[in-house]
This record gives sequence, C-alpha cells and structure tokens, in this order.
Amino acid sequence: MSEIVGAPTGAIPTSIPEPPRSLWSDAWSTLRHNRAAMTAAVVLGILVVLVLFGPSLSHYRFDKPNWDDIAVPPSLTGGHLFGTDSLGRDLYTRTLMGGRMSLLVGIVSTLVSLIIGIAWGATAGFLGGRVDRVMMRIVDILYALPFMFLVILLMVLFGRNIVLIFVAIGAINWLDMARIVRGQTLGLKQREFIEAARVSGVRPARIILRHIVPNLLGVVVIYVTLTIPQVILVESFLSFLGLGVQEPMTSWGVMVSDGALDMENAPWMLVFPAVFLAITLFCFNYLGDGLRDALDPRDRSGR
Amino acid sequence: MLRLIIRRLLESIPTLLILIAVTFFMMRMAPGGPFDSEKRLAPEIEANLRAAYHLDEPLYQQFGRYLWNLAQGDFGPSFQYRDRSVTELIAGGFPVSLKLGGFAMLIAVLGGVTLGSLAALRQNKPADYGTMAVAMTGISVPNFVLAPLLVLVFAVYLGWLPAGGLGEAAFWQGGWKNLVLPVITLALTQVAYIARLTRGSMIEVLRSNYIRTARAQGLSTVTILVRHALKPALVPVVSYLGPATAGLITGSVVIEQIFGLPGLGRYFVQGALNRDYTLVLGIVVFYGALIIAFNFLVDLIYGWLDPRSRE
Repeated sequence: MSEIVGAPTGAIPTSIPEPPRSLWSDAWSTLRHNRAAMTAAVVLGILVVLVLFGPSLSHYRFDKPNWDDIAVPPSLTGGHLFGTDSLGRDLYTRTLMGGRMSLLVGIVSTLVSLIIGIAWGATAGFLGGRVDRVMMRIVDILYALPFMFLVILLMVLFGRNIVLIFVAIGAINWLDMARIVRGQTLGLKQREFIEAARVSGVRPARIILRHIVPNLLGVVVIYVTLTIPQVILVESFLSFLGLGVQEPMTSWGVMVSDGALDMENAPWMLVFPAVFLAITLFCFNYLGDGLRDALDPRDRSGR
Repeated sequence: MLRLIIRRLLESIPTLLILIAVTFFMMRMAPGGPFDSEKRLAPEIEANLRAAYHLDEPLYQQFGRYLWNLAQGDFGPSFQYRDRSVTELIAGGFPVSLKLGGFAMLIAVLGGVTLGSLAALRQNKPADYGTMAVAMTGISVPNFVLAPLLVLVFAVYLGWLPAGGLGEAAFWQGGWKNLVLPVITLALTQVAYIARLTRGSMIEVLRSNYIRTARAQGLSTVTILVRHALKPALVPVVSYLGPATAGLITGSVVIEQIFGLPGLGRYFVQGALNRDYTLVLGIVVFYGALIIAFNFLVDLIYGWLDPRSRE
C-alpha cells in the first residue's frame, strides 16, 4: 500500500476542549455519516410501514383465492401490481403479509435468544469461579450440537405451530449472546461503580439487573441487528422445506418455495418475495455493520 | 499430542450423549410412529412388527439398547427402507454429501481468502467496495433463493448444465456437471463470510510493523502477501471453519432437496417425516461426530498457525 500505514485514524484532540460526549451521541454521529447504514435504516423503516399498513389498504385479501385471475403477470394498470399466484391471490398483498410474518418471527425469536443469552451470560460472568466454568462448559457442549437438525426435527415432529418456531429459533441463537455478554460482564465487574454497589450491600441479582445489564446495551444493540436477519433466514429456510409457517398464513420462505415450483412460466411468483427477502436481509446486515463501527470502538479497524 | 487426542475424545462423549438423548426422546415423544400408513395394519401384525424392532419395550430399555448397539458400531435397521441397515444407508448417502460439501468448502476457502486479500490490498478503493458489496449480497441472498434462480438461468434458459439429479456418467466423464450448480450455490454464502473475515484481519496484519519492514526492504506485494501476511491473517478464518462446516452441512439439506441429490440431508428430512427413528438418529449422531472431529482438526490447525494459542 502506498498510503501512510499505521497513522492514527481516530480524532486527534484539538485545542478547545469539547463538552464530554456520551457513547450514544458519539455513536450517533459516526452512524449518521455512514451512508450505507443510513440508507439501510431508511429502507427498513419504509418496509416496516409497508408491511404494517399495506395489507389492510390493499383491495385484495391475502388469503382469498380468485379462480378467474390465476397466475396473472404483474402490471401497473391491471390491478395486480405484483401479479397473482397459482391460486389467483394478489401477490402484492401476500408479499407484504409474508413480510409481516418474517419480521415478526425475526424480532420475537431474537428477543427470546436475547433474554436467555443476557441472563445466562451476565450471571456466569458476574458470579465467576466454578459457576462460570460450569455454565460456560454447558454452552460449549451445546455449541457442538448440530442445532439446525434438532430444529428441523422439532418442526417435523410436533407440527408447525408458530410459537414453536419462535422458541426453537430463539433457542439456537442464545449461545453467541451468552458468550459475548459474559465477556463484557467480566470487564464491567472490575469497575468502581459495581464495587460501590457491592460494598453498599446490593444483592447480586439486583446488581446484575440494575448495573450490569444497562451497560451491556451497546453490544446488545449490535447483536440484535445482526441476529434478526439470521433468524429471518432460518425461518424462511424452515418454511422453504415446508416445515415453517402453514397455509393460509404465509411468509417469504413459503412464497419463495411456491414460486420456485412454477418459475419457468411465472417467474414473478419467485422474484418478488425473493427480492423483498434479500433486501431486508441486506439492510439489516448493513445496519448491523454500521452500528458495530459506531458502538464498538475496538472494532474500528474495518471500515 | 496423544494425550490431547485422548482428552478431546473423552470430552466429546458427553456432547454426543446429550445429542443422542435429546434426539431419541424427542422423536419418541412425537405423535405418530414408523408403521403409520394410509392402510392401517392389522393389530396383530403391527404388534409383531413392534416386537421385532423392540418398540414394545420400555423407553429407557430401548435407549440403553440403542447406546449398547451404537457402541459396537451398529446403527440398527432402518424402518423405512426395510431391507437395509442405517449403516448401509449412511454409507450410500455420505459420499454424495461429502463430494458436495468438500468441493463447496474448497471453493469457499480459496475464493473467500483470495477475494478478501484483494479487497484488503485495495482498502477503501472501488475494488474493495465492489467486492464487499458482492460479499454482502452473497450473505443476504439465501441459498434456496439462489438455487432456483441459477437453475432458471443455466439449466432452463441457457441449457449449459443439468437442472438436478446425479446423472449416469462417471465423475470425470461429465458427471461433474451435475455438481456444478449445487456446489456453487452451497459455497457462495461461505465465500462471502470468509472474504469479509479475511479482509478484516488482512487489513490489520498489513498495518503491522514487520510488514512495513518487508515493504521497506523492497519485497514485492505478492511475496509479502503470500510469505508473510497470509499465515497470521488466516487465524480468524480458521476459527470460522467450524461454524462454516455446520453451515455447509445444514445448507446441504436444502440443496440436496432442490437438486434431487441422494445424499444424507435428503434421507434426514424424509426419515423425520416418516418417523424412521433409527435413520434420523443415525444421521444426527454421524454428523454430530463429524462436526466434533472437524472442530478438533480446526483447533490443531489453529495451534500451528498461531503458536501463542498453544497452552
């Protein structure tokens, strides 16, 4: 490389001392200048609004077959913006309904993994010693399990109910969270304010809840934005195999799987849900990357 | 070295036991059984069948029997394919899955490391942004979306490659064509992840002092990259190989389904749908052991790349 290597990239303090800035305002200003991440956030915002209100504003119901309009190609004027599927259902409405399901699964399952992961990681990290060793050993053991296989098995065996999807997917993802949170907690518990709380007789459970967990928020936010796309991917993967969301409800995975069956004659059935799915994952990933750059100062090496 | 191997073997036992127990009891708790079919069997025949497969014994006894047989390398008979043992089925399906996964892994590592290194060399230039945008697309487009699209283009429209199946021809006489699309689809996500990892660590390595020294001595970029920078930059890539293997194995379930390849992933889904207890357990145990073994291998490579990580 011809540029100067090893030059400090962070801001060099100038003469006038600025008012102290919090982690969050600092992060916000970094994030605001990250064009990819901001675009991703805006697109996601639009998507959420569309998915929430689009289906009820549409002229068509997502689950009502129409035998006169089977596999109509998309058109701007014909009434079906994205065309219809092989049962004559309006694809625009269905795509948005599918999006509602995919996003819902993404968010709820991530919350499940978040709660388990934080509780597990913070407890192990804060208590330390033998408790920590045992708890982390359990995580190690679980890590080696081929979890996707167990989830597939779970879905096949116990019918395809939606709560099970949430729990099953959430249950695979908490391991990473537990590890990250534990690492952070180990550092946090050396700090003075924790020491002070301990000296003034606050019980461990309360210290974890009131003092440790709020300080983990930065890592958690990054993790959440990066987990949601993974979860959406897992859900659509299961739905693609026919094990996830069931008719008449739909999700992007179901629609991609249906569309793939008929792609030679009616490619739009595959293309629209596929594109929506890809864009959503794309945006979450870019936003997560941007947040990591903004909130995790050690990781500034990248972009 | 021998002690390390023995220790790891012992450590893997509880993991496998938990895996077997969870799978075993989950399958048995599920509604339905291996002898359900459209036409109900006569009760006496079903009772005889259950007795023949020891399904009439108490559950803990069946579990014990399974473990005992497994310890002797016997996965038991398949319920679905009555005339074949699970061992035979795994032996038949694994070569297909191995070919698929092996080539995908090869492409993922070679392609990912090359792309990542190039992006790092051109940091913050168009080539870098381009490569990383492509990588992000690779991560964001699921393989089951990519697969039908590739089939549509290369098999249906262009007619260059077969759309699915394993084909009749031997591998070197055109049989490889059947594997091109599945392998590419399976590899692409991992190529993207590895490219991103390599880029990050390579940028860090290229900033270090010894690389600057090498540069000052007038070594060419290629020499610096290959002889000096590559080994330390590969450390995070190697630690990602464990999850990558798991990802490839999971992905192959879908890929085998889409392309109609008779591998283990397809057996697994079919087996679970048909309540083929032994076949599903066999595949889970087999893959579980494979992942554990692979993680161990990764740790060994890790120690070789980064001597500091050896205890």
